[in-house]
Amino acid sequence: MKRTDFDVIIVGAGPAGLAAGYVLAKEGISVAIIERGIFPGSKNVMGGIFYRSSLDDLIPDFYKEAPIERHIVEQKFWFLSEDSMFSTGLRSERFNIEPYNCFSIFRAKFDKWFAKKVADASAMIINETVVKDLILEGEKVSGVRTDRPNGDLYSDVVIVADGVNSFLAKSLGLGKEIRTNDVAIAVKEVIELPDKVINDRFGVSNSSEGVTIEITGPYFNNMRAMGFIYTNRNSLSIGIGAVIEDLVRLKINPNDLLEILKKHPAIKPLVSGGEAKEYMAHMIPEGGYYAMPRLYSDGVMVVGDAAMLVNSIHREGANLAIESGKLAAKTYIEARKKGDFSKKTLSSYQKRLEESFVLKDLKTYKNLPKLLEEKRYLISKYPKFIIDSMYEIYNVDKVPKSEKIRLIMNRAKKEIGYFNILKDIFNIWRSFR
Amino acid sequence: MHSLVFIKQVPDAAQVRVDYNTGTLIREGVPAIINPYDTHAIEAAVQMKDKFGGIVSVLSMGPPMAEDALRKALSMGADKAYLLCDKVFAGSDTWATSYALWAGAQKIIQENGPVDIFWAGKQAIDGDTAQTGPGLATRLDIPLVTCAIKIVELNLEKSYIVVQRLIEGGFETLQVSIPCMITVEKELNTLRFSPLPDLIRAARSKIHLLNSSNVDIDPTKCGLKYSPTKVKRVFVPSKRERGEILDVNENNIASVLFEKLEPVLRKMNKL
Amino acid sequence: MRVSNIGEYKDVWVFIEHDCGKIEHVSLELLTKGCQLAKDIGCKVCAFSVGENVEGFSEKLAEYGAEKFYFIESPVLKEYRTEPYRDSLLYLIEKYKPEIILIGATTLGRDIAATLATKLNTGLTADTTALDIDFESETKNLLMTRPTFGGNLMAVIYCPDNRPQMSTVRPGVFQAIKNPVNIEKIREEFELSEDKIPKKILEKVKTDSDKVNLGFYDVIVAGGRGIEKKENIKLLVDLANILGGTWAVSRKVVQMGWAPYSRQVGQTGQTVHPKIYIAAGISGAIQHIAGMKSSEIIVAINKDPQAPIFDIATYGIIGDAVKILPRLTQYFGERLKAGGSNEKD
Repeated sequence: MKRTDFDVIIVGAGPAGLAAGYVLAKEGISVAIIERGIFPGSKNVMGGIFYRSSLDDLIPDFYKEAPIERHIVEQKFWFLSEDSMFSTGLRSERFNIEPYNCFSIFRAKFDKWFAKKVADASAMIINETVVKDLILEGEKVSGVRTDRPNGDLYSDVVIVADGVNSFLAKSLGLGKEIRTNDVAIAVKEVIELPDKVINDRFGVSNSSEGVTIEITGPYFNNMRAMGFIYTNRNSLSIGIGAVIEDLVRLKINPNDLLEILKKHPAIKPLVSGGEAKEYMAHMIPEGGYYAMPRLYSDGVMVVGDAAMLVNSIHREGANLAIESGKLAAKTYIEARKKGDFSKKTLSSYQKRLEESFVLKDLKTYKNLPKLLEEKRYLISKYPKFIIDSMYEIYNVDKVPKSEKIRLIMNRAKKEIGYFNILKDIFNIWRSFR
Repeated sequence: MHSLVFIKQVPDAAQVRVDYNTGTLIREGVPAIINPYDTHAIEAAVQMKDKFGGIVSVLSMGPPMAEDALRKALSMGADKAYLLCDKVFAGSDTWATSYALWAGAQKIIQENGPVDIFWAGKQAIDGDTAQTGPGLATRLDIPLVTCAIKIVELNLEKSYIVVQRLIEGGFETLQVSIPCMITVEKELNTLRFSPLPDLIRAARSKIHLLNSSNVDIDPTKCGLKYSPTKVKRVFVPSKRERGEILDVNENNIASVLFEKLEPVLRKMNKL
Repeated sequence: MRVSNIGEYKDVWVFIEHDCGKIEHVSLELLTKGCQLAKDIGCKVCAFSVGENVEGFSEKLAEYGAEKFYFIESPVLKEYRTEPYRDSLLYLIEKYKPEIILIGATTLGRDIAATLATKLNTGLTADTTALDIDFESETKNLLMTRPTFGGNLMAVIYCPDNRPQMSTVRPGVFQAIKNPVNIEKIREEFELSEDKIPKKILEKVKTDSDKVNLGFYDVIVAGGRGIEKKENIKLLVDLANILGGTWAVSRKVVQMGWAPYSRQVGQTGQTVHPKIYIAAGISGAIQHIAGMKSSEIIVAINKDPQAPIFDIATYGIIGDAVKILPRLTQYFGERLKAGGSNEKD
């Protein structure tokens, strides 16, 4: 008689692990979630934007009771150069009506709340315990080995949800060595400011409305870097992430990058007068579709950041994580009916992912990381050109408009080259095919 | 044998911050932990159990979230956990708290049998008074040993325990009759890294809830109203302003500092 | 709820702690404070104690202002044990009903105070750093200020309805100042039987040969982990001698075994407030700062510019304490006359 202590063991109580645990527990399946932090969320870091749609079907109207900061009514995108900022974005009243699109959150608070819901559904969450290894019977994963005495636990299936630096996936030979081009390090500061000051600076009418700003551009010296500012109730989350390869190459550490960001003339007034209350750093998967490990094998499935399921250009990670957790749980439920947890049966997890927005989106952007790796100038040359051109247009001097257009075209030719522009357009189009 | 450990859930005082504008403590985001001294008390009781058999009961007076602390105690090897939670206790000072805990202890003795050793941490890191342990010993009418740093010998047949305790400039070894109350220093033991089955058992265990409906409590002996000490006001101590970092090099450190201190040294008659 | 006979409680009592025939300095400090409180209230300040031979203390107590000395002597009380001390002290307190009792917050003091307060059904405030009389209250309540949350928040406590009002105070918070008066000795008899006491002292070991009262000195040179090794304690001693002060350490140094506990400054050690406190190689953890932050001038020497000690230092020097201390000793030694007054009264 094979020993099983639980039907499913989940490694990691982040959004992916908790979502999987929730779905399973609700079905009456015995599940243990093993978390290395003191409590779920204590080790999790995220810029801070959470999408309602990912959790709404699991816990309807969760946002009414969950600890959220502000619901987002405006999303902006900025290009920064040394002395300028080009901005685009959308604010809409459609984002200001319940049930809302997304929220700024703090992971420590949010995950704690989510974990309580999962525990209430009768999943067992075990904290302060590290899973060191997967236990294999031949090829099949049959449990986990933790760092505690008598620390082996057995189950039908293990769901690996231990985050971006998952070595469990690697240890199984599922994952490849993570290249420095496939991961970014992001650092973030939480800067305290009175809510009314935030309302004024970001132009919202009350303290429940929030704004996000995503930032990139030539200001960051040809680095694949993305900064952000999110409004919380009484603070701002400001941060920046850059692909590790670029940080190493340019010998910059991410904290310096954050200081550079805060100094920019368009950013300084937003954060001035605030006190930095918290500082955190985390790795973020950047490699996209091609950096994904194999997502399943006999008795095991990989979800969330551990599966590199992050769509960074869209700032989406937690929602993909939750979706993958749900799908892994559903796959288990189905496999359980057959009593078969082999690779063959669990392959339907991959199928489900492919049918969902998760892999569909990752596939859409699959070539983007490589494109940016090879053509870093795309995020510096073009934004610079746009900024300079917009400046030309806005700067009213006695130069006739037709002359201005000519100047802009000349700059395009000189700085980039017409042929190169065509080539770049062609390459970008091709990478999305 | 039966050990009863009194524990308290406290905000992590090392992480607590002060809002100089409002003159209050910022508790948000400060994790709640078991009072560190109490964890060593639990460890001591469980070590006794490992050696002599029996059970370890744990009692805490606190709000519902103190359940987390009790579960941690269970995961360290305690057998039965009790939460004393009732509005009537709100705002209790140490005198009223020791009364409430005494009342809860009576109930536990009723259920699980007489207690051989009562344990507690030397002091709680939020209040820092170290008064509750001695108060309990007085109410239980048992001998008290504070600041225990070593358990030398436990003799159950002859009903005594030999304990080493810290005193100024040294230590003393006492032989005390059982039952007795021992409050512990962190030096007493090293916390165990609990085996996984203990964590699972703790997660599955029931925390027994005690309140005025199942414990004999005299409401005129607890709570804010009946606490002999009352808080007149709280304030944040004025921040000592940051001084200056002396701009010195290898050669002039001493002379620069001396120049700064000269007026004071003169006043002190040292020049 | 108020104790009905609150008016019957009179006088400020100070517990006299003693060891090996010597009065603990904190008790003298509390007598001085007690005198001031008694003056504010308009009552007497009295000393009280128990032991095997305590009558001989009255002379010294009179020097520091005690107008009465209540005491019980018994061989059973030779060494401190909670239970016989509790019972005999309780007898004195219940008979004479003091309105205020001050006890030094030593290990012994903290052990006995809560025991007494619980038996007396009265309020006890621990580790107070300030004591004042609330003149606006009808019963001239004692206002007791104490630190909580590791010193992050101060609370002012009072005990309006119960008597006596009890407070423990850490050594070094108040000063002992001579104030000679005539003292009345009141001996009480109390029956104590050794076999009724559930506690035996098997041995008492002193690991420190010098039990120094750091609060006595107006200059303290303190060392932390940054002094690197036990041998470098000498650097602290040398500078302290030149400045006519004494040396101390942080808790880490005591834990490493480089110095005895009697030299420890901090929350779990002594509280000091000298005129000059030199913190060499001390990072400035909250628990250490709690013991010295009210020093008049703080000089901090540390390699790490981010060390929290610099946040409260009057003068900060970024550098290696091990290298800097000897330089200071040499230079200051040349500039200061040898000796000079060194002890605070």
